Amino acid sequence: MKAMFIGFAAIAVIGVGAHFALEESGYTVWQRTSGDSVRLD
Amino acid sequence: MRYLVHVLLILMLALPLAPAAMAQDAETAQPDRSATGGATTLEDILARQRGEKVDDSYRSGNTGDPDSAAAMAEQLGTLGGASDPDLWRALRYNETDVKVSAGGDVAKVLVQDGGMRWWTFREGPLATYGGWLLLGTIAFLAVFFLLRGRIRIDAGKTGHTVTRFAAFERFSHWLLAGSFILLALTGLLTLFGRKFIAPYIGKEFNASLLTYSKLIHNNVAWAFMLGLVLVFVLWVWHNLPSRTDLTWFRQAGGIIGKSHPPAKKFNAGQKIIFWSVIVLGTSIAVSGLSLLFPFELQLFAKTFGIINDLGLPGLFGYDPLPTALAPQEEMQLAQAWHAIVSFVLMAIILAHIYIGSLGMEGAFDAMGTGEVDENWAEQHHSIWYEELKEKNETTSKQAAAPAE
Repeated sequence: MKAMFIGFAAIAVIGVGAHFALEESGYTVWQRTSGDSVRLD
Repeated sequence: MRYLVHVLLILMLALPLAPAAMAQDAETAQPDRSATGGATTLEDILARQRGEKVDDSYRSGNTGDPDSAAAMAEQLGTLGGASDPDLWRALRYNETDVKVSAGGDVAKVLVQDGGMRWWTFREGPLATYGGWLLLGTIAFLAVFFLLRGRIRIDAGKTGHTVTRFAAFERFSHWLLAGSFILLALTGLLTLFGRKFIAPYIGKEFNASLLTYSKLIHNNVAWAFMLGLVLVFVLWVWHNLPSRTDLTWFRQAGGIIGKSHPPAKKFNAGQKIIFWSVIVLGTSIAVSGLSLLFPFELQLFAKTFGIINDLGLPGLFGYDPLPTALAPQEEMQLAQAWHAIVSFVLMAIILAHIYIGSLGMEGAFDAMGTGEVDENWAEQHHSIWYEELKEKNETTSKQAAAPAE
C-alpha cells in the first residue's frame, strides 16, 4: 500500500508545484487574461 | 422479427440521407419576407423556436452598403454609409473590421454568436446525457453484482503469493488513478454545482466549492498527464493485441459463466481499459491544455479542416464543418469535447474500479500490495503465471495471516 500513498502524495506535490511554477512564470489564466485595469471584485 | 430487421436496415441505410433531404427542403423553401421589408418574419422566429435551421444570410449579409448609401450630408445619410442596425449586425456576425489596441484577435470579437449554442449544449444535452451515463453505469454494475456476485478464487487461496506489479508500476497507477478521481469529482462539481448544490446548500458554499475545485482541477491535471505517460511507457508492450485475446472475447472474459480464459499479464478486457485510458486520456489532456492556456492552443479549426479534406461530413450528407472559428468558439469546443470524452472515460473507469475491487476477489491486492495469490494468478492470468514459473520467478512469499 506504500506505493499507493506515495502516488497520492506525489499528486499533492506536483499540484502545489504546478500552482507556484505557473504563478512565477506568469502563465496562470488570470495573469494571461487580465490586467491592472481590470477590477475582479 | 424478419420485418423488424428489414425496417431497421432501411432506417440505418436511410439515416445518412435524411440530413441531405432536409437540407434540400430548407434550400428550396425561401420564406417571403416582403411584409417586413426583408427583415425577420414571424415564420423565421417560429422556425427557430421549433429548433429548425434558419438560413440567416438575409441578416448576416445585411451590414450596410456604403457605395449605394445616401451621402452623409443628405437627409437619410449615415456615417460611413451604414446605419446602427447595420453596424450591430456586422458586429454580431463578425463582418466588421474591429480595431483594438490590446487583446489581439480575442478582443476583436464583441458579440460571440456561438456562445449561446455552447451554453445551451453544456446545460442541456451534456449535463443530461453525461449524468445519466454515469448513473446508468453505476446501476448496471449494481445489477450485475446482484446477478453474478463476486468472482471468487475457485480453488481458494494458497497463502503463497507472486509479485504482480512492482512498486514503481503501482506508484504510476495510483498517480494516474488518484489524479483522475480528483479531476473527475472537481469536473463534475463544476458542471453540476450550480444545478444541484447551489439551490440546496447555498450559493456561497457552491461558489467556494467551485473556486477550490478549479484550483485543484487546473493543478492536479499535471499529475494526471505524468501518470498517463508513465503508465503508457510501462505497460504498452504488454497491451499489444495477441491471439489469446480472441479466446478471451469468445468466452466473454469468464465474467459470464464459470470458465476462465487463458491470459498473459493483461487480458483483453484490461487491454480495452488500457487503450481507453491512453487514447481518451490523451484527448482529455490535450483539450485540457487548450483550456489551461486559453487561446494559445487552438485545435478545432485545423481538425475540422482535416475532417473536411477527408470528405467525411459529405459522406453522411452534412455540410463541411466550419474552419473559420472565433477564438472563443475554439475554447467552447475544447470545453465540450473535454467534457464529452471525460464522461465516457469516467463510465469506463467506474467499471474498472468495480472489477478491481468489489467485483473480483483478490484483484485489489495486485495494485494494493503488488502480491497476488498463486491460485488467483493461475485462474486469471494463466499464461503469465506459467511464464513466471518457467523463469523461476515464483519464489512465493508466505502471505501474512490476517489479524483477527
